[in-house]
Amino acid sequence: MNENRREFIRKTGLGVLAGLGVASGIFHKSSFETVLASTEHEDEAKGTRLGMVIDTRKCKEGCTKCIDACHEVHNVPQFDNSKDEIKWIWKDPYKNVFPGESEQFLSEETKNRSYLALCNHCDKPPCVRACPTKATFKRGWDGIVTMDYHRCIGCRFCMAACPYGARSFNWRDPRPAIDKINQAYPTRERGVVEKCNFCSERLSQGLKPACVAECPEGALTFGDLNDPHSEVRDLLKNNHTLQRKSELGTRPSVFYII
Amino acid sequence: MIEKALTGDRRYWGWIVLLLVIISAGVYSYLNQLTTGLTLTGMGRDVSWGVYIAQFTFLVGVAASAVMVVLPYYLHDYKAFGKIVIIGEFLAIAATIMCILFIVVDVGRPDRILNVMLYPTPNSMLFWDATVLNGYLLLNIVSGWTVLGAERKGVPPPKWVKPVIFLSIPWAFSIHTVTAFLYAGLPGRHLWLTAVLAPRFLASAFAAGPAILILVSYILKKTAGFDAGKEAINKLSVIMTYAAILNFFLLGMEFFTAFYSNIPGHMHGLQYLFFGLHGEGQLVPWMWLSMIVGLGSVLVLLIPKLRTSMPWLIAACIGIVSSIWIDKGVGLIIGGFVPTPLEKIVGYMPNINEILITIGVWSIGILILTVLLKIAVAVKMQDQLKA
Ligand code: SF4
Ligand code: SF4
Repeated sequence: MNENRREFIRKTGLGVLAGLGVASGIFHKSSFETVLASTEHEDEAKGTRLGMVIDTRKCKEGCTKCIDACHEVHNVPQFDNSKDEIKWIWKDPYKNVFPGESEQFLSEETKNRSYLALCNHCDKPPCVRACPTKATFKRGWDGIVTMDYHRCIGCRFCMAACPYGARSFNWRDPRPAIDKINQAYPTRERGVVEKCNFCSERLSQGLKPACVAECPEGALTFGDLNDPHSEVRDLLKNNHTLQRKSELGTRPSVFYII
Repeated sequence: MIEKALTGDRRYWGWIVLLLVIISAGVYSYLNQLTTGLTLTGMGRDVSWGVYIAQFTFLVGVAASAVMVVLPYYLHDYKAFGKIVIIGEFLAIAATIMCILFIVVDVGRPDRILNVMLYPTPNSMLFWDATVLNGYLLLNIVSGWTVLGAERKGVPPPKWVKPVIFLSIPWAFSIHTVTAFLYAGLPGRHLWLTAVLAPRFLASAFAAGPAILILVSYILKKTAGFDAGKEAINKLSVIMTYAAILNFFLLGMEFFTAFYSNIPGHMHGLQYLFFGLHGEGQLVPWMWLSMIVGLGSVLVLLIPKLRTSMPWLIAACIGIVSSIWIDKGVGLIIGGFVPTPLEKIVGYMPNINEILITIGVWSIGILILTVLLKIAVAVKMQDQLKA
């Protein structure tokens, strides 16, 4: 067999394998087409990609207004043990929110502050890849990673797949642990997973996400990351920002100004 | 053929009743879990899989290991496995059913479990795992039952069953490979994110599975007077020895890669399991127990004189099974979750309800195995009587 033919067969063989993998959704098409480093983002500026920029310098220590607002509008139960705990947005120290980022000789200020953590609405969400029922899915029109609580079987594969600990499971009936039920948003049942939904229910009414709206410091900015003229893009252009664990290739849509 | 399971001596019935009692305790606990929720387990927001998924993983290996008798017997016409092959296939059936049950008891909404098939999602490894496991169960039921049925009638098995058996060989590898893919493809779970996870799963399965087969054969010899044959047991013990060595070799690879590269994320899982991390090491004694018992058993198996002596062999089999059960069934799952994605150390301790359910599922599996083997032995012995 001559070299060319061998090469041809090798390439088509690989191509067919890769094609099958991509067609079934196991691999990303881009994994085979680009030579970008994992942390780079090729411009797939198609359609809308909603995202958030958190200016952690403005976020006040001890303030929990955004967290309270979110948990209130979404009927998130309050359990006082970490085992049953459900949370959509919370605060943690630098080393927990940004493991892997340099911690050596960190400024006292950076070290002592706490940082907001929530679902990153990843552009390449591993939770969506893992879910066996499409109960977790990414909305094609705005990039929000959201859930169908009525389809979820509670296998918790998505929790193992999310590298940010963004997901919670209803280990017990949540309703008795909800202070005041908000009729505008459904409560969940025992046995399903839940997480931040970027307030898709408020967005459809033209409102901002609850956390963004409630922050008195203006630390949270929300908008379309694919729109070069949006407020979020403006912040990204003018500030150095971090994404959590960007090396994992999940492409978080939540950015942090430290 | 099923009628053969309905006749037995007092010991047989005593054993069946005992299993049924344990199963009822499990069913009761499961009803508890159904009404109150999975809060009745040791699992939580951070360690969100526990002993159920651990058993599942271990048992997929046991199921896959049937191939270690099926392949030599059917593909290489290795006659010495003639009597043990059906034990292997029936063990695979019982193990696969337990796997499926462990998934059912683990999910939050078992009533919706069919969603996996109603909304097939090829990008999810769990979809593939469910598919290959059910397929494997079917293949083994069909081949095991047909061949045994033919034997009972004293006729050669029908021709069509051969391709089914051949298909079950690569299929066995697939079930454990896909099960490894459940873990090995997740970004950010460093202990699992390793290319040798599937090879390690197979190696540990081909050690623990034959060990269980030897133990089952030993029990059958003692209780039912059914002898699988010395040569078969010897061969199995050799297979088990090499597989166990391979398993430890691959574990060594994990240690080298993690610690020589010195990348914190890669080291943390192993550090937590074997040495403790930030002063916490809930599983350290377990992991070392697994290591010492496993290596000790390998040592015994390496000495031909000990390997061929029944008491030593039995001890080594128990050692290998326990070692791998701890490693795969406890360490691997918990170690994947701790430290958490937010670098916290969170403990996990199964609680009593969870343990009762676990033992209940095991008892269902053992009951199924008992009944199947009762039938198999009756058919095989009828041959022996005639001969
Ligand atoms: S942060 Fe986690 S839950 Fe949110 S999209 Fe990314 S992987 Fe999914
Ligand atoms: S728990 Fe629900 S959302 Fe998560 S992977 Fe399973 S079915 Fe999908």
